[in-house]
Formats: sequence, structure tokens, C-alpha cells
Amino acid sequence: MTILRVHNLGKAYKQYFSHWARLAEWCLPSSRPRYHIHWALQNVNFEIDPGQAMGIVGMNGAGKSTLLKIIAGTTQPTTGSIEMKGRVAALLELGMGFHPDFTGRQNVTMAAQLFGFSVHEIQDLLPEIEAFAEIGDYIDQPVRTYSSGMQMRLAFSVATAKRPDLLIVDEALAVGDSYFQQKSFSRIRKFREEGTTLLLVSHDVGAILSICDRVALLHAGTMVKEGDPEEAIDFYRALLAEQDIGLIRQERQAHGKVQTISGRGEMIVSDIRLLDSNGLPIEAVEAGTRVTLEIRSRVNRPVPEVVAGFMIKDRLGQIMYGINSDRLRQPIEHLAAGDELVCRFQFAMNLGKGNYSVATALSRRDSHVTDNYEWRDGGFIFSVLNTKKPDFVGTVSLDAALEVQRISENQVNL
Amino acid sequence: MVNAQMKAIWSYRGFIWGSVQREFQSRYRNSLLGSVWAVLTPLATILIYTLIFSRLMQVRLPGMNDTLAYSIYLCAGILTWGLFAEIIGRCQTVFLENANMIKKLTFPRICLPVIVVLNASVNFLIIFGLFLCFLVLVGRFPGWVILALPPILIVQIALAIGLGIVLGIMNVFFRDVGQFVGIVLQFWFWFTPIVYPASVLPEYVQPWFRLNPMVSVVAAYQSILLYGQWPQWSTLIPALITAIVVCLLAVGLYRRRAGEMVDEI
Repeated sequence: MTILRVHNLGKAYKQYFSHWARLAEWCLPSSRPRYHIHWALQNVNFEIDPGQAMGIVGMNGAGKSTLLKIIAGTTQPTTGSIEMKGRVAALLELGMGFHPDFTGRQNVTMAAQLFGFSVHEIQDLLPEIEAFAEIGDYIDQPVRTYSSGMQMRLAFSVATAKRPDLLIVDEALAVGDSYFQQKSFSRIRKFREEGTTLLLVSHDVGAILSICDRVALLHAGTMVKEGDPEEAIDFYRALLAEQDIGLIRQERQAHGKVQTISGRGEMIVSDIRLLDSNGLPIEAVEAGTRVTLEIRSRVNRPVPEVVAGFMIKDRLGQIMYGINSDRLRQPIEHLAAGDELVCRFQFAMNLGKGNYSVATALSRRDSHVTDNYEWRDGGFIFSVLNTKKPDFVGTVSLDAALEVQRISENQVNL
Repeated sequence: MVNAQMKAIWSYRGFIWGSVQREFQSRYRNSLLGSVWAVLTPLATILIYTLIFSRLMQVRLPGMNDTLAYSIYLCAGILTWGLFAEIIGRCQTVFLENANMIKKLTFPRICLPVIVVLNASVNFLIIFGLFLCFLVLVGRFPGWVILALPPILIVQIALAIGLGIVLGIMNVFFRDVGQFVGIVLQFWFWFTPIVYPASVLPEYVQPWFRLNPMVSVVAAYQSILLYGQWPQWSTLIPALITAIVVCLLAVGLYRRRAGEMVDEI
């Protein structure tokens, strides 16, 4: 059973050559087109089951908001169709159309009426909405006196006053403070357990990875990736650096993980190995032991300078640590075609137990956004075990020691 | 289509009614005198016109000589024209003013002009009710003829709604419409015998009045309220036909362009 089926969805905007062109088109409908067609969204297909959470990522102008607006019903698609079951609640950008001169309470009532609640239901829901928003006496002040965070609190509280079947959130939570973000995310999680489907647009990759079980990547109005969150996010990160989608490829490896490679290919990583203190390759590391990460790369075309670096990410794709040759003050210059570069990073594996992946970067500057030779996500997978240290939780090994002092009243000073 | 719109309006009646109440409350909320302003504004207009036209320029109505008669004549036209102009003026900007809501919430857009019409009607009922009280006080209440008012008002409101929606939709796509309508309404007001009697105009202008549907409508109000006579119903037929045509045009335009509107505001 699917709750939302999006079929061949497209949205085109007409860009008229001038204001007169539109008038001419209205008056002489059969004449030649007087506008450019700009496709903001094209050929988007997906289905969502109840309780699933889909994150939508993409650069500015990729069509994310347009897609959500069409699903929410505020704008009409040019092509394709949407089939939906159940009640939709949408938080499109900030404030959900609050009227600045009306009080918070009036706006809440108005929004609730537009959601189709009866007067009686609204009376019942109001105290709950007020309590969740936590804006205090401001509820009876005009909305124009609100901060953007307060507007968002109120908007979120109204939209989620009753559990919707489909909840659409467009970047709205970004303006809230972390306290309210936590609170809203826990409400969203609770709804999901009860069967609500979530569509979330966010630039906060961490939030997407922590809450979504599917991620769709939009680029220039088309859906270029859809599926496993980590895979799609890696592709998105590569896209942010590369801009040119043609230079990004993803390969499924023997261990089942997908590695994402982008860049212009002046240099290519040929091998990534993790070595123990004896110089032997390993895939499982004891927490806290010293290891060497060896990155071998081949030079295809001469490069004047290169910054080589790596990042370690946890299973959610959150970055644990990253460093490069530039930050370690070791310039590497004048490499000729055919050269091989071997970088050995030595460090103590002070991470908690779990699976981690290694991303490598070869670029001209510290930031791989300019002159990216090669960026490789998921190039190497390893796990950290903890059999020797006390069994701590978390991803960072801080090696806590404990000293206990007991102070009793009848202690005698010796 | 019309049926579907009616259903949509009915199912959103809670929102419509709530909005009418809120708008009425908030219109005068930040002012000290509150709803007194709703009365003071037209009262000032009526005083000024009475002073200038009746006293300074000595305009006289045929068969009536007192200043009071002129004031009643003026009120009959100005108050009803006020309703007409308010509906058109507010409908024309209603989609742009509520851009924020249209962009972020899903609801039948047709609710917005409905709210405008209801609000304008409430304002009109208050001021017109006061005017009728005034007529009773000065002993010039027209009597049963007053029953002829509602049907004429309906024709006039229909004309205003149709025009308002057409202009409101056009204004989204061509912002010139807003400026243009302001000017046209002024000309229209002065080309309708509201502050002056039709008889003061030269003979050759009279046939042109037939092109203006509001002339017969306003004349009907004046005949009811000043002379206490039933209106000549046949003169209202052109206004009725115009109103129907304009409303059909509004429905057609709404159907074709309502979806596109959100992309332009």
C-alpha cells in the first residue's frame, strides 16, 4: 500500500519576453508562443509507503520546494499526476501564511479552519497548540511582533496539532533553536511510529541522515538519485563540489557498499589501506590503538600542487574526523604524469565501536570545491572493536579515569 | 463548475465566516474611536457634497427645493456606490494581498472574494441602517417601497462581484489593472448622476447614459428613497444582463487562470 504516488511530475514556468507578450497571448491565443518554457521540475516519479520518511536534498534551485508545493497542493503541476490518501499537513517555508496584523490565536484559528477542523475541534486543540509552541503571552499579540523562531514554533504546532497522514516540512525547522528542533523532531518521530509519512527538505544533511530512511536528490529539476540515504547524500556532497554531474559516478563494491567518485581525474586513488603497528593491513581495529592510513594515488596528468586528505565517517555519514596535507603543513608540488603518490597518515584510533568509512580527497586547494582532482566517498570500510578498554558508549574515546572519594561526617583527620 | 465552487465555498464556510469576523474586528482595532470611523468617513463625504453642491453651487432637484431632499438624493447614490466601489476595489487586490496565504496553504481561492463581498456588505448594512433610521427620524421614510431595494442591490452586487473577480485575476498577471481601475472608477462615479441630477446635463448626453448600467440602478435607488416610488423595473434589465455576462466571464476566467495565479504572485 502506498500513501503517495507521484507519476511523471513536471512543472514548467512560462517566461514571457515582455509584459505585452502575455497580453498578446491572452488576446490572440492561436499565435506563435511568446515565452520561453523553463522546466523547474521534470519527470519525477516515486512512491512512499505509510510511515516512511523521505528526505529531499539538492542545491538551491534544484526544484525541491516546487516539488513540495505541488504535493501540498498550492501549485498545480504542468505534467503528470499525484495520487494521495489521507490528510496532508504542509509547512512550506516560514509562517504558513500568517496574517501579520492578527494575533497568534486568531491566526491559529484561521489556519485550523483552513485545515478543515470544526470550531469545536479547534477549541479543544487550542490549549494544546499554545502549550507546545511555548510562546507565552505572545499568543494574544499580533504576529508581526513575533520573531521568526516564534512564528515557526506556532506554525509547527498548528500543522502538527493532529497527526496528519502525510507531513511535509520544507526547511521550516531550520529557524528554530535547538531546543525546539529537538522537540519537533521527537514529535515527528512519534507520528512516524504511528504511521505518518514524512517528506523533509533540508540543507542540514545530518538531520536528513538521522531521520530519513530514503533520500531523493534533485538536480536541475530532475531526480538523479533516490534510495539509500548514505548513497544519495554522498552523491549530493560530490555534486556540491563538482557541479558537473557528468563527472560523478557510483560503484557498488564487493562488500556491498557503494563508493561515490567525482572529480576531473588528474589524479586517482588506486588503493586505500589501514595498517596496524606491524605494517600489516587490517579491517578491524582495536579502539585506541595506533594505526596508519595509507592512501596510494596515481597521477594521470601533471599537477602543479595537490592537497591530499581523508575523512572518517560513521554509519550515518556524520563526519568523525578529517585532515589533509595542507593543514598538516606538508606541501606536495610538481607531480608528473605517471608518478605515484603515497600518503601515510598516522593516528590513534580513538573512536567508539562501530563501522566507519573513509573518504579521500585530492584537490588543488584545501577546499575540494575548487579544482577537485578526485573525491572518493566510501572508498574503504573498517570497523572499530573494543575488547580491551572499558565498554564505553559514543563515538569518541576520551579514556576517562575514575577517582572516588567518599566523605563521611564522622571522618577523622589523621 | 459553478456547482463545484459553491460546494467548496460551503465546505469552507467556517473559514469564511471566521475571516469576516476577524477582519471586521481588526479593521478598527488599532484606532481609538473604533467602528465610529466606519460611519464618520461617509458622513464627511455627504456633508461636503451637500455643502458644495446644494449650498454653493445651488443644484436643485426637479420638484424638490429643500436641502434635505438633496442630502437624501445624495445618500441614495453615494452609499450604494460605496458598496459597489468597495467590492470592486477590494476584489481587485484580494489575490495579491493574500499572496502569503495563497502560496502556503491549500484552499479554494474563490473564498477570498467571497470574504471581501461579505465584509463590504456588513459595512454597507451598518451605514445604510443608520441612514434608514435617519429617514424615519425626519419623517421621510419611503414605506413599503423599501422592499424594492433588495433585488436591485442583488443586481448591483452581482455586477460588482463579476467585475471584481475579473479585475482581481487580471491584476495578478497585469499589475497595471490596479492603477487603471482607480481612474476608471472615478470617471464612472462622475458619469453617473449621483451628486447631480441627470436633468442638469444637456440633451445630447442623455443617450450615452444608456451605456452605463449603473445609471438605471442608482436612479432606481433615488426613486425609492427620495420620491417613495416603485422603480421602473424594465430600466434595470440592461444592468441585469450586464451583471450576468460579467459573472459568466468571471467564472470562465477563474477556471482558466486560478491555478496559474500562484506562480505569478
